[in-house]
Amino acid sequence: MNIAKTAKVSLLALNRNKMRSFLTALGIIIGVGAVIAMVSIGQGAKAEVEQRFTEMGTNLLFVRPGSMSFRGVHGGGGSYTTLKDSDAKAILENCDAVQYVSPNVNTRAQVVFGNKNWNSSINGVGDKYPQIRNWDVEYGVFFDENQVRTGQKVCVLGSEVTENLFEGADPIGQIIRLKKIPFRVLGVLETKGEAGGFGSRDDMIAVPYTTAKGRLLNIDNIQSIDVSAVSADRTDEAMRQIEETLRIRHKIAPGAEDDFNVRNMSDIAEGASEATQILTLLLGGIASISLLVGGIGIMNIMLVSVTERIREIGIRMSVGAQERDILLQFLTEAVVLSVLGGVLGICLGLGSSSLISKFAGMKTLVSIGSIALAFFFAGSVGVFFGFYPARKASKLDPIEALRYE
Amino acid sequence: MDNNNLIQLENVSRIYQMGDSEVRALKGISYTIKRGDLLAIMGPSGSGKSTLMNIIGCLDKPSDGKYFLEGQEISTFNKNELARTRNKNIGFVFQNFNLLSRTTALENTELPLLYSDVPSKKSREMAMKALDMVGLRGRELHKTNQLSGGEMQRVAIARALVNNPSLILADEPTGNLDTKTGQEIMEIFTSLHSEKGITIILVTHDPEVAEFTHRRVYLRDGEIEREERS
Repeated sequence: MNIAKTAKVSLLALNRNKMRSFLTALGIIIGVGAVIAMVSIGQGAKAEVEQRFTEMGTNLLFVRPGSMSFRGVHGGGGSYTTLKDSDAKAILENCDAVQYVSPNVNTRAQVVFGNKNWNSSINGVGDKYPQIRNWDVEYGVFFDENQVRTGQKVCVLGSEVTENLFEGADPIGQIIRLKKIPFRVLGVLETKGEAGGFGSRDDMIAVPYTTAKGRLLNIDNIQSIDVSAVSADRTDEAMRQIEETLRIRHKIAPGAEDDFNVRNMSDIAEGASEATQILTLLLGGIASISLLVGGIGIMNIMLVSVTERIREIGIRMSVGAQERDILLQFLTEAVVLSVLGGVLGICLGLGSSSLISKFAGMKTLVSIGSIALAFFFAGSVGVFFGFYPARKASKLDPIEALRYE
Repeated sequence: MDNNNLIQLENVSRIYQMGDSEVRALKGISYTIKRGDLLAIMGPSGSGKSTLMNIIGCLDKPSDGKYFLEGQEISTFNKNELARTRNKNIGFVFQNFNLLSRTTALENTELPLLYSDVPSKKSREMAMKALDMVGLRGRELHKTNQLSGGEMQRVAIARALVNNPSLILADEPTGNLDTKTGQEIMEIFTSLHSEKGITIILVTHDPEVAEFTHRRVYLRDGEIEREERS
């Protein structure tokens, strides 16, 4: 019996039991669909994170204070208060691989404008912040060097804050209040959008770090320094220069631990994309279990089907079907079911992943690889779980099968 | 070996193992059936007729002794060779018809050709011809459940015929039919025998059915008791 005939026989048999065939394939449909949808969520999150980091620029470096330990008790990262704005100036002056620096202090505060108020993150930054973060103002201007040096009460708003406080009115030149202190709005930053579950980046207000330090936080130190290297391939060099400069300035003896640490963007990006990789694996793994359950469903139904069709098998054998013919017929039925289920599952996966990104606001990314893998897996499930029932059918004795009631 | 002998049984035994005890269903049967015979195997239940039919029909093999069909020693065949022999040389008709349910008369008739190397276009033609021979022209697309008992048995005969076998084995072919329909089925068998010269073996305990045959072999306790000719 050739392949075409086998396929015909199997399709006829499946067609005779449409409802059962569909229910059997449903396990595979859901399994494949779940794998594709879940992996697309993981991949989407990964792509989102990677994109966000590239947007910020690969030549970005962060200087943060290290963890302080006093008589054996370690504080958390950033517990040193030894980072000063003079350090930032020194980095800019001494390190020739460094292009811009921006000292940072952050806090949260209630923002009031007229009768509206909003709680937002307040970033005290330097005047080069837009250049370092690759983030321009949409309209208006950013504060300049002079305004930073003299600690002016000015600010630039993120688009979400603008939306919530001004509701379409022109914010430029308006006065908002942070901790009862009036600030004049200079400009509005470009919209950066959602950050894939990491919160909106547009819900922030940039003020000169000098102002934030003196008037909002009342501290003398700064919390971190954003640095951009002159080019992406000189970030390592810039890192070394910064470390050297700060060790000298902080009078750290050779061999002693730094009271600060410098990290570059690619380290951070790597860590973040590793986390999303784990997310992808986890989601994909859970979905694969449903595919496995679908496969067991196929085996279950095929076993029932073999028992139910013992007489049919006997008839086929009596007219000359060989073991191989019966084996192939039942195996083909299982494979057709799982491949058909695989195709429908791919459609389901594509559909649900686009629904997820539309309604849940998550970025999803369907890769050809995950489709191919899910499809291949579905086919293998068919062969694997179809083989045992098919073999059982082919080993039946024709005399007993014909007599079976 | 005489070329006119279709079937030759030499001291054929069949022993079933039932737990610890042995059941000897056939006890050394030797018999020869010529080409073009129309013969009945008769006997009470438990006499071994079904066992003998299974062996002649290549569904089973003797435990001991030799069985030749068309000069081939079937008793040495493996499962696949037995299946091929059933496919090419033998047509079965059963008491309970044994047709595939929810399947058309034509597809049922075509079934043996599905497992042969006949191309599908040719097999359709052959199936139509076989259905025509049993008087079912025009009913080929009716499904099994739309057919009467007599019609189902005619489909079964068409299926047995379709491969131009040298032997048709019918096991109580009228057992599930009323007398009149049974007569009609027997008339089909006799006309197939006289017109096409097909060898037909009927297994029955109904003397009325046996009337139609030329030879009657009586089995009792796994042995041939007597033979009658008419």
